[in-house]
Amino acid sequence: MTDESGDVGEDGAGPREQDSRGPLSDMRTTVREYTDRITEWMGERSRWKADALVVLSALVLVYALITLLAYGQGLDMNGIVNTLVRLTFLMAAYGLLVLALNLHWGYAGLFNIGVAGFMSVAVFTLAFVSGGQGVGLGYPIWVGMIAGMVAAAALGLLAALPALRLRADYFAIVTLGIAEIVRFTVKSDWVDDHRVLGREVGLGAGSSIQVPSAQEYVFKLFTEDGTSRADPTFVGAQLFELGSWFGIDRPTVMSAGYALLLVVAVLLAYVLLSRIAYSPFGRVLKAIREDEGAAQALGKPTSRIKIYSFVLGCALMGLGGMLWQASRFTVAADAFMPIVTFYIFVALIVGGSGSNAGSIVGGIAFVGLLLQGPRMLPRVINEQWESVPEGTNTIYEAVTALGGADIMPLIGYSIANIDLLQRLFVGVVLILLMLYRPDGLLGHRKEVAAATDLSRPEGETDD
Amino acid sequence: MTESPADGVTDASTDPESGASSSDPSPAGWGDGDAVLEIDGLQKQFGGITAVDGVSFDVEQGSITGLIGPNGAGKSTTFDLVTGFTRADAGSVRFDGRDVTGLRPHQIAQAGLVRTFQITREFPDMTVLENLMTAPPDQRGESLARSVLPGTRRGVIEQERELVDTVWETLDLFEIDHLAEEYARSLSGGQRKLLELARAFLTEPELLLLDEPMAGVNPTLEEKLLDRIHDLRAEGYTFLLVEHDMDLIMEHCDRVVVMHQGAVLAEGEPEEIRDNERVIEAYLGGNV
Repeated sequence: MTDESGDVGEDGAGPREQDSRGPLSDMRTTVREYTDRITEWMGERSRWKADALVVLSALVLVYALITLLAYGQGLDMNGIVNTLVRLTFLMAAYGLLVLALNLHWGYAGLFNIGVAGFMSVAVFTLAFVSGGQGVGLGYPIWVGMIAGMVAAAALGLLAALPALRLRADYFAIVTLGIAEIVRFTVKSDWVDDHRVLGREVGLGAGSSIQVPSAQEYVFKLFTEDGTSRADPTFVGAQLFELGSWFGIDRPTVMSAGYALLLVVAVLLAYVLLSRIAYSPFGRVLKAIREDEGAAQALGKPTSRIKIYSFVLGCALMGLGGMLWQASRFTVAADAFMPIVTFYIFVALIVGGSGSNAGSIVGGIAFVGLLLQGPRMLPRVINEQWESVPEGTNTIYEAVTALGGADIMPLIGYSIANIDLLQRLFVGVVLILLMLYRPDGLLGHRKEVAAATDLSRPEGETDD
Repeated sequence: MTESPADGVTDASTDPESGASSSDPSPAGWGDGDAVLEIDGLQKQFGGITAVDGVSFDVEQGSITGLIGPNGAGKSTTFDLVTGFTRADAGSVRFDGRDVTGLRPHQIAQAGLVRTFQITREFPDMTVLENLMTAPPDQRGESLARSVLPGTRRGVIEQERELVDTVWETLDLFEIDHLAEEYARSLSGGQRKLLELARAFLTEPELLLLDEPMAGVNPTLEEKLLDRIHDLRAEGYTFLLVEHDMDLIMEHCDRVVVMHQGAVLAEGEPEEIRDNERVIEAYLGGNV
């Protein structure tokens, strides 16, 4: 069958040249050319190397920007590093959750807008299984974390069995509903504050409860009892010594250790999900996303495959929730509002759904450029500007002042209300993305779903 | 009803005229009278409308059978009922002697009864290669565990390499190899028909149900497609195709089933159907 060889060309660039308008399109082509060139340069085989380069590039860019902002705030070395550690932690947490959501939405096309619910179930299961006093069963943390993932998976299965028969939009409503049901159940009197024979058995998560965290265990690698004041362990002593050369204090070093754990979790999830992406299973997932009926017509048991992928994604969401939220030591039910899911979705869309590398890039870009970056701006302005302009009370007054060519009130207002404006900013970015770059930064679902190179097998270029 | 001999006209059409020409011998290559697909009394109502009203016919092993009828005759619904995409209210479908009534679409496809769609349903955001790689049956890597675990993944990759060979052969066969790396959404209508046919073919079916495979295909391509179908038939595949083009049906089918208002109006060899007055009447819009 290799009669007319040769022209199995590289010219597969056809389908994505449709819209070349708008301010973002230049950036789009730049990013795409960059990633294309990396992929080309690396060759088809080393997909993960190309992924790593793209992710590292994004990371360097965001680190540079945040370092600049932190420096602008007048932070010292320790402050800057601490900011970066905190940033890395958040980026990894988002990376993990976005990867899981990408399995649902990017691959299988399952519109899950109940991510927070699956996180929440895992976190509170962890609190129940491994918690110390009160209702906690006191098992080791790894038992609790496995139980948390199992609980999230079980809830996923419960939701999937009836709901996966529904059309995509109804499925979305079911997942959102489940997330809210979980939240209100945890908050309800019966679960929150329940007495049996005068003994308190309520979870107490309506307000907030202590959740055992893997963070304690990481911290105990550094010092005897996990607090920064205690005697350091051998490993801790070396690292604290190293840190002190750069003027980095103990808590920052310890936080970096925990952030590293999350980064490792992201890497493991990436390996797992890449294997799925580059496999016949991932191919069927894509086929289901594209046209479930057609996939059935080819003899693919789509229901079963959808359930597997949904349950696996839910378990990963549980893991992400536990590693992220449980590190706060106390968690309340309201830490899992729908906005959590919304942010994770935005991050996925920023990065490009359907791409695992894109998911991680999305997590990085969202946390750095949309979530943390803007919040740092006011302090930079406060630091750099001698006299910060007086803000007005309402945005209306600030905007009407613009009529008198006076921009200061608006700047003042923006600085005072950065948290509000940041949400507005996320919304605006989302709309711009939808308009000009619906495929995300790494878009167009480029990862070819196969476990081997698909080009015409002629010279037996072995893999 | 399944007792009717291969050369006969079923009881659905009692027209004496068609009976007259029924002494023609079966065309060469058209099976030994074994029915691979037996459809018996299929019924389907949508709300108050009876879309399919007791349809019964057989498809002979190794034949190209045409299913024709005016718009709204129930041809596509019959396809949906046979392939499990719509659940029948009554009636049965036997394939290869096995009752497949009420099975799920993927089970019917796995049994070897594979369909294409009137409006092509390719996977638009996947490349042509990915589209075709999806089709082959019994892929080890479709098990989640086997795809992911280190020990078993080697076997998956091995099978993938074999499949790549098969897929490229198929690409060459259907002459769409130059489109291999394109996204399916960027193909023309005719190319999509080819892609869908190639994809269905890769599922290793026994019987292919093609819903208007030639609609929107240019004459040159149509010629090629028909050649391909004849080649495949010679290799033992069976075809049931819905088509509006009467000339095409008359020229290429061994046997024709005519549907009208949800029921089989006539069934027989093309010559018989051509002269069947009831068929002519139905096509001219008259009511029987």
